[in-house]
Amino acid sequence: MTTGDAHPRETSPRVGGPDAWGRPHSPGTLALSNRLFFAALAILGGTYVVLIVAMLAADAAFMLQQSWSRAMRDPAGWQSVLAHNPMLTALRDPKIQYSIWLSMISCTVTAILSCLVAVPLGYLMSRTRFAGRQLLDAILDIPVVLPPLVIGLSLLILFQYPPWSWTARSIVYQVPAVIVAQWAVASAFAVRTMKSTFDHIDPRCEQVAISLGCNRLQAFAWVAFPEATRGLVTAFTLAWARSLGEFGPLLIFAGATRMKTEVLSTTVFLEMNVGNIEAAVAVSLLMVMAAIVVLVITRVWGASYEETISGHTPHP
Amino acid sequence: MIEMRQVCIRSGAFQLLDISLRIPTAGYAVLMGRTGSGKTTLLEGILGLRPVTSGQIELCGIDVTAHSPALRGIGYVPQDGALFARLTVEEHLAFALRVRHVPAPRRKQRIAELAALLGITHLLPRTPAGLSGGERQRVAIGRALSGQPRVLCLDEPLSALDSQTRSEICQLLRNIQQQTQVTTLHVTHNHDEAETLADHRFELIDGRLHTQ
Repeated sequence: MTTGDAHPRETSPRVGGPDAWGRPHSPGTLALSNRLFFAALAILGGTYVVLIVAMLAADAAFMLQQSWSRAMRDPAGWQSVLAHNPMLTALRDPKIQYSIWLSMISCTVTAILSCLVAVPLGYLMSRTRFAGRQLLDAILDIPVVLPPLVIGLSLLILFQYPPWSWTARSIVYQVPAVIVAQWAVASAFAVRTMKSTFDHIDPRCEQVAISLGCNRLQAFAWVAFPEATRGLVTAFTLAWARSLGEFGPLLIFAGATRMKTEVLSTTVFLEMNVGNIEAAVAVSLLMVMAAIVVLVITRVWGASYEETISGHTPHP
Repeated sequence: MIEMRQVCIRSGAFQLLDISLRIPTAGYAVLMGRTGSGKTTLLEGILGLRPVTSGQIELCGIDVTAHSPALRGIGYVPQDGALFARLTVEEHLAFALRVRHVPAPRRKQRIAELAALLGITHLLPRTPAGLSGGERQRVAIGRALSGQPRVLCLDEPLSALDSQTRSEICQLLRNIQQQTQVTTLHVTHNHDEAETLADHRFELIDGRLHTQ
């Protein structure tokens, strides 16, 4: 045997086994470089996560600090703090109660309305090719890239012209304006979510349904839409959360009238304006909690729905 | 019967030219060709999922060239099965019957018949998640046959299966064809399948159809 099986590197360096050219890395440096790679990913990505958590922690710390200094000042001590906690004080304020109520209602209505336009638009964009599709795609991005104040101003101007102006009296600076302003922005996010949801559903399934005798509506309702449920939950959540944080268009198009068009983001602004930072932070924390509750509910509901579907009949 | 007369189908820059074929009633035809030779495009032309630029397609003596896919009455089994993720196996078998408003007792009877024929009675309450490759194809075949189509089109139905399952499904396809007398067009690139199943063999080379 002179083939060099025993000493491939010495006899045939170019045609030998995987190690014919020598090892690309020594085991030690390979493990180290892999560790360094993941450490770099974690550090770069982690800075953003740290920022988010730190912001929320700062809010909570500020509240605790305020409560502590009040406890020190007040002869009744901690009993007074518990009774006059900034969060509880905020919750007891009828103006803030109204703002919470309006926020919950308007965000929910907006999220439903957003899904109502997002499902058909997302499906059309995903499944059909037509002249002007690229233009439509660009138009749908406008609310995402436009400064929020500009959207509010544009809505205000739009309602100067018929047929919009016929309804202006009952919409502009009234409660419906809150929903219109939130909807104008939130829908764009819902549409994007639904389009990508339908993009990920194999159109072949609908083609099979059509070959089995379905019209397009039946193929959509019986095959595509049921598979898009998870995306719909995400679109709803995103639209809801987006609406909760909406402020610029609301300020211009709906105004910031207490007990009328005031939502939680407006409350934060109004409380800041009068120098009541404590109440502003308390309301901010309420918004954080509301957003977390909605996220958790929809995630848990989405996950349990998925489980019901896939676990419908467990594998024997 | 499936008959194509001088059919041209365009798919982007690729086109199938002057395709003519005739598969007699209850015949089992196998269409072969290399990957990218246009087998699926031809099948989609017959199904009506892709418009033909010229020529004529007849199914059982009826010109269906201008018909919508929903009105052609073709059972279609795509490559990966394309099962409906949210429906149970039973709902898959009931799908074509539901579209046709078949009464529930008749529907149940048909599902039981089909499930027995395909050996999937034990799978009826399950969803596609967790079904094996062979089981998925049986369900896809059952779904295509439930409306009792006159024509069955199979697009590489065995390509993702192991050899044992492949020969089982081959045997099943043969049995089904003998029992139902459905005119079948089976697309594949596998010579063994063609040997086992074909009454008629066609091959697509460079966009043109050759009878073997």
